[in-house]
Amino acid sequence: MDLFEYQARDIFEKHGVPVLGGVVATTPEEARAGAEQLLGGQPGVVVVKAQVKVGGRGKAGGVKLARSADDAAEKAAEILGMDIKGHTVHRVMIAAGAKIATEFYFSLLLDRAERRYLAMCSVEGGMDIEQLAVERPDALAKVAVDPRTGIDQAKADEIVRAAGFDADIAPKVAAVLQTLWTVYRSEDATLVEVNPLVLTEDGEIVALDGKVTLDENASFRHPEHADLEDAAAADPLEARAKEKDLNYVKLDGEVGIIGNGAGLVMSTLDVVAYAGEAHGGVKPANFLDIGGGASAEVMAAGLDIILTDPQVKAVFVNVFGGITACDAVANGIVAALEILGDEASKPLVVRLDGNNVLEGRRILAEAGHPLVTIADTMDGGADKAAELAHAAA
Amino acid sequence: MAIFLTEASKVIVQGMTGSEGQKHTTRMLASGTSVVGGVNPRKAGTSVAFGDTDVPVFGSVAEAMDATGADVSVVFVPPAHTKAAVVEAIEAGIPLVVIITEGVPVADTAEFFALALDKGVRLIGPNCPGLISPGKSNVGIIPADITGPGRVGLVSKSGTLTYQMMYELRDFGFSTAIGIGGDPIIGTTHIDALAAFEADPETEVIVMIGEIGGDAEERAAAYIAEHVTKPVVGYVAGFTAPEGKTMGHAGAIVSGSSGTAQAKKEALEAAGVKVGKTPSETAELARQLLS
Repeated sequence: MDLFEYQARDIFEKHGVPVLGGVVATTPEEARAGAEQLLGGQPGVVVVKAQVKVGGRGKAGGVKLARSADDAAEKAAEILGMDIKGHTVHRVMIAAGAKIATEFYFSLLLDRAERRYLAMCSVEGGMDIEQLAVERPDALAKVAVDPRTGIDQAKADEIVRAAGFDADIAPKVAAVLQTLWTVYRSEDATLVEVNPLVLTEDGEIVALDGKVTLDENASFRHPEHADLEDAAAADPLEARAKEKDLNYVKLDGEVGIIGNGAGLVMSTLDVVAYAGEAHGGVKPANFLDIGGGASAEVMAAGLDIILTDPQVKAVFVNVFGGITACDAVANGIVAALEILGDEASKPLVVRLDGNNVLEGRRILAEAGHPLVTIADTMDGGADKAAELAHAAA
Repeated sequence: MAIFLTEASKVIVQGMTGSEGQKHTTRMLASGTSVVGGVNPRKAGTSVAFGDTDVPVFGSVAEAMDATGADVSVVFVPPAHTKAAVVEAIEAGIPLVVIITEGVPVADTAEFFALALDKGVRLIGPNCPGLISPGKSNVGIIPADITGPGRVGLVSKSGTLTYQMMYELRDFGFSTAIGIGGDPIIGTTHIDALAAFEADPETEVIVMIGEIGGDAEERAAAYIAEHVTKPVVGYVAGFTAPEGKTMGHAGAIVSGSSGTAQAKKEALEAAGVKVGKTPSETAELARQLLS
């Protein structure tokens, strides 16, 4: 789960990472109040920053300076509702202004290939780090971090040395890096990025902008992380699927997909997209993995989500019975269609293979539901579903 | 031969007394796996009956190894307790630990992987179906009745695609089929499996299944170009996956322009791997090499 900047700021503050004051606002009035709070009646500047989970907001006009609380409200009114690379701005953060002397870069992330963590750090901050990595790789220090020991004093010193910080600020930076490790470790993050990390004119090291990704597999030990979810931004079908514990991703297409196992479902999407090329270009409408134990309830919940997607014209159920027996899946489909009754109004192509497949196909054939077509192969089923979706479109 | 798992493998089950552990221990025994013990400190000294077979329960992995000579452990314990179980197995020095559990925090995996590396222990998984050397041994949850022993070696990030491919090539059979798991950090990679299949005299053709996320397939492609002389057929899932969305597996995510199926396919093809557009086309490519 990617966090908004203001959420990252709050988490940084909680773990002792030096940050500036920041208040989130969803209306110009809240922005005015936030700016008043930060300015405390004194003259000064605040920064109004669009809260979107995508880079390049500065260039898109999503970050503006404001010289008073009224000005902050005006700037917030300009930014709220703005579209930045397809993301609508629903919130801004009013941040205290900083007198920046120098900008740096730091990130700690998962190194999938080496199967450990990687710290990246540069004394040239503020710019696009991918660009820096390509254009001036020597300016970006990369230091391996052992997951068991993390960034202790020695590792922090190593990173700061590798990045080439001046000796007078190196100890301060090293101390901040250790607090960022605390964030990574104690929040179960898979990414902590600070860009820019700045040296202020007062000689302080401050995390000015932060990006944090949290590991959803660790949510069982972080019940508080549930509050960080951006429920408003989720697709309504995805939100409903999540309530029912279904692994569902909404896509833009006409063929609803249900399968078991993440790899097989991804593959099913691809096969349907290929098949769709011959049928008016229809595409898969969603990813839905009903997992190993495809009970009637799970199948009904899945079909319910997919059939209420107005874009869906036909559904392809693609199951390879491993542990799941095909007869259980077939019974699940028959029961699900009964539960849904008249709501089940779109054609269903079902391909079953594997564990107890003959019994599964027999159950479907016997039920003889008018909407159900049985397919012998995955490719054949995908083709049939694409054809039916095209015909109904 | 076969890789990582043979008829001589002696297997213990961590989490055997739980419902998943019991269900899959029954299936492993039925497919001929030598399951020699379970581990549960609260039930040490008891045994669990699986049909005619009584499997003893030990208090620790070390005790189980001492008593039985076990050299493989398969882990079915829930995510909150997986790290402790795997660390115990590694500390006991068992050579191979297969972690079936889905939903293990990646920090836990990173920590126990680092420990395994220090101790020279091979991990497979987490979030994987395990591995099967048909006719010899079956560790994990792969159905044993899809196909028998044969000349194909299969390595895959996905469980059900493993089953699908075994089914497609059931008339040829497999030396070993191994599901390495879909998490961002996994103990055994495509490269590890490719190296083992290259060295395995029973394996004639290697099928490699990948999916979006990370660059494991690109790295495997570079390895194949350099080190693999046996023919390799590939498949990559997730061409239609949108950017920034996790597709079921925790590791299956396209981030920006990296981790795309297209890039993986191109890297594999550049290394001389024939890549199928669909699982059945991939099977057909393998079939041509085997016939």
